[in-house]
Amino acid sequence: MFTGFMTNTWVAGTLVAIVAGVVGFFVVIRRAAFAAHVLPLGAFPGAAAASLLGVNELVGLVTFSVLGALGISHLARRERRDVATALWLAVSLALGTLFLSMTRQYPQQVYSLLFGEILGVSEGAMISVAALSITAVVTIGILFRPLLLDSISPELCQAAGGSSRRMELAFLGVVALSTAIVLPVVGALMVFSLMVGPASCARALTDEPRSAVLLSVGLALATVWSAIALSYLSNWPVGFFVGALGALSYAGGRIYRRFAPAPSSPRAAAAI
Amino acid sequence: MKTGSEVLLVDHVSVALSGRSVLRDIHFKLAPGEFCALIGANGSGKTTLLKTILGLVRPEAGAVSVARPAERDGATGIGYVPQRISLDPSLPLRARDVVSLGLDGGRLGLPLTSRAHRARIDQMLSAVGVADFADRRIGDLSGGQQQRVLIAHALVRRPSLLLLDEPLANLDVRSTAEIVVLLRRLATDYHTAVLLSAHDMNPLLSAMDRIVYLANGCAAAGKPEEIVRTEVLSQLYGYHIDVVRVHGRVVVIAAGAPDEIHAAIAKDPVHTAEIP
Amino acid sequence: MTGMHMLLGLIFSPGFFANAPVRTALLVGGGTAVASAVVGIFAVMRGQSFAAHALGDVSSAGGSASYLLGVSPVLGFIGLGVLAAASMEWADVQDARERDLVTGVVLGAGLALTALFLYFDTTSGSASGAVVAILFGSMFTLPLSIALPAGIAGAIAVVTTVTLYRPLLLSSLSAELATAQGIRVRLLGFAHALALALAVSLSAMTVGAILSPALIIGPAATALRLVDRPGLAMALAALLGLSAVWGGILLAYDSYYWTPGHGWPVSFFIVSLVFLGYVGVNVAPRSRAVRTAGHATGHHAGCAQD
Repeated sequence: MFTGFMTNTWVAGTLVAIVAGVVGFFVVIRRAAFAAHVLPLGAFPGAAAASLLGVNELVGLVTFSVLGALGISHLARRERRDVATALWLAVSLALGTLFLSMTRQYPQQVYSLLFGEILGVSEGAMISVAALSITAVVTIGILFRPLLLDSISPELCQAAGGSSRRMELAFLGVVALSTAIVLPVVGALMVFSLMVGPASCARALTDEPRSAVLLSVGLALATVWSAIALSYLSNWPVGFFVGALGALSYAGGRIYRRFAPAPSSPRAAAAI
Repeated sequence: MKTGSEVLLVDHVSVALSGRSVLRDIHFKLAPGEFCALIGANGSGKTTLLKTILGLVRPEAGAVSVARPAERDGATGIGYVPQRISLDPSLPLRARDVVSLGLDGGRLGLPLTSRAHRARIDQMLSAVGVADFADRRIGDLSGGQQQRVLIAHALVRRPSLLLLDEPLANLDVRSTAEIVVLLRRLATDYHTAVLLSAHDMNPLLSAMDRIVYLANGCAAAGKPEEIVRTEVLSQLYGYHIDVVRVHGRVVVIAAGAPDEIHAAIAKDPVHTAEIP
Repeated sequence: MTGMHMLLGLIFSPGFFANAPVRTALLVGGGTAVASAVVGIFAVMRGQSFAAHALGDVSSAGGSASYLLGVSPVLGFIGLGVLAAASMEWADVQDARERDLVTGVVLGAGLALTALFLYFDTTSGSASGAVVAILFGSMFTLPLSIALPAGIAGAIAVVTTVTLYRPLLLSSLSAELATAQGIRVRLLGFAHALALALAVSLSAMTVGAILSPALIIGPAATALRLVDRPGLAMALAALLGLSAVWGGILLAYDSYYWTPGHGWPVSFFIVSLVFLGYVGVNVAPRSRAVRTAGHATGHHAGCAQD
């Protein structure tokens, strides 16, 4: 389980968890759960298109998820954001069905794109995955404070000289990048589970943003590592374990909140 | 006022929210057509008191009774305008639809409105002065216009009592004056008792018949000239208060200022703003 | 007469109406479109796009389980859809931020189950086409026997929504105003979520689980752009949804003749038509004034909804 071809899986899984944990924290506090679910699903046609055109899958994923970020933020200018997101999803998935029907991929391939594949990252793609991971985490690091401020109140962010719209676009861009990294391993449908589950639990356990990010990364690592191990041992899909563990962490966080000693100001704590 | 003719009787009501005492022994009553201001700082329990009157919060002790209107068309005798309701501009509702929902929002089935129903809504829309905007989307109206539509929504069933939670917050000076004049007129015309909460009594001075002043969970209620006095408010706050009248405005000043008063003032920014 | 006949022959390829799968698709798809559009109006107004989407995905777990157990897919899709709606409402979350998370977590858990059931479906070998059929729809393979249970489910969704029309409208405007009128807002939300689950499960069955929100949100959002009256918007949305579904079925059938031997997926056409309708309405100048005014005041409200 730790030898040969599995080495790649462990390294890729670790990178995926770190990115998902960091980005997930902002997904949770910015209420971007829906967008975080839609961007991976919308990137999925990218993989189908890539195999249709015979180009690298990662190129297809990055192209489509960045297109998704731009599409959502463009539609959201004149429509409620959730409606804009849903509409974007519909369009990209319609394209996805078309591409799929053209490539005549085997059901197994479609399945692993949607629900993950522990051998999803090839040795060749490792360098690009690592580079993208570093880009995503560094971008979040640079934007940490303005993003936090903007999440609390767009007005405050504007008063501090930031642009709420640009912040939104930058954030969606980072989610799009991380999507391309995370998708091949945990699957288009489960990326979101990995981002939201650990981060929402971390948010429930601590009120301090930086430790929440670290905790979220830790929980994401635990989720991915155990999902890989369990999937390897049971031969069941990795996506199942990611989804189940994600739901468990959220439930754990809520239970902790219910029985933990009440914080001095519950409203303020709930806002973070 | 004769006993028994009142629209609203708040009878020695005490309220506790999650174990914390919020209101203690509040007692006052309102007659038909009376205009009453519920004054208090943020967090003094104004909203809780309104919710208790609405029946959404159960009092720990005491009771609230509201007279049923003669013409019974709805479940309650109370019209309610909530605090700072944020109307989604994408909602496809015209001002007229919002008022219509005030009349029959609880009914099942599709609305097949009769001519009488429509006439009643038109009449209500003119009464609050938004007849010209009746067919505009509610989200596109200004704050003052939205407030008028919500008042029409609450009044269209002709309740005997109209409750408004901070209807003057977030309005400019002119809209504030207009809304106060409107409410005063509606109270008289429709014989409806109006109880509205506010943190500043000045815009209401010319309109109000009665005042309920909340502080420290207790209330002083009565005619404005009886209540807005140095002795009464000092006793209510539990420390010395000066009520000063300057150019027709009332300013409530905490004088003396030992530490505990400073602490109290800090929690009460509206009044500190008045200190020269 | 012959000219007319030729034109019709061009639009409707030979055998379109004589084809039994096509007729079943027209029937079930049409009913689904109407039910989705009616329920969709309130889903859009109440900011439930995400919930609608999540319900569709979760119902797919039921769909994939039904393949495994050999029971009717209607039962599977609707059973899990309703269960998911119930658990989201049961969590009773007032805060929009938290509601989004609960939706997400139910979604994640549901998808985990889908992953597992589909895995068994594909490895058992008996239903290797299940992945594509469940996730992306397979309108032309629907059996006629599905029409009756689907029709009943759709009718329940429509009747519930129409019956609760005014209370739903009022509570979409403001839960506080609704409470002040003695409406039990939680019960109402529950009933609406159930209607939504029924409609979503139906559309998950026809256009596929991950495309189902298109039928719920698309026609409703388009109609709400065009008219300012919710009742009218409902009728218009039903019309739009119906045109998209029937148009999509027609195009998919015709597409067998464009690329010989290989048809294009029907879900692709339906969703594309829905989206084209939406884009068309947005490009049209009609609602410009409304839009700019809405945007000026609406930014923050939009954020709070998502």
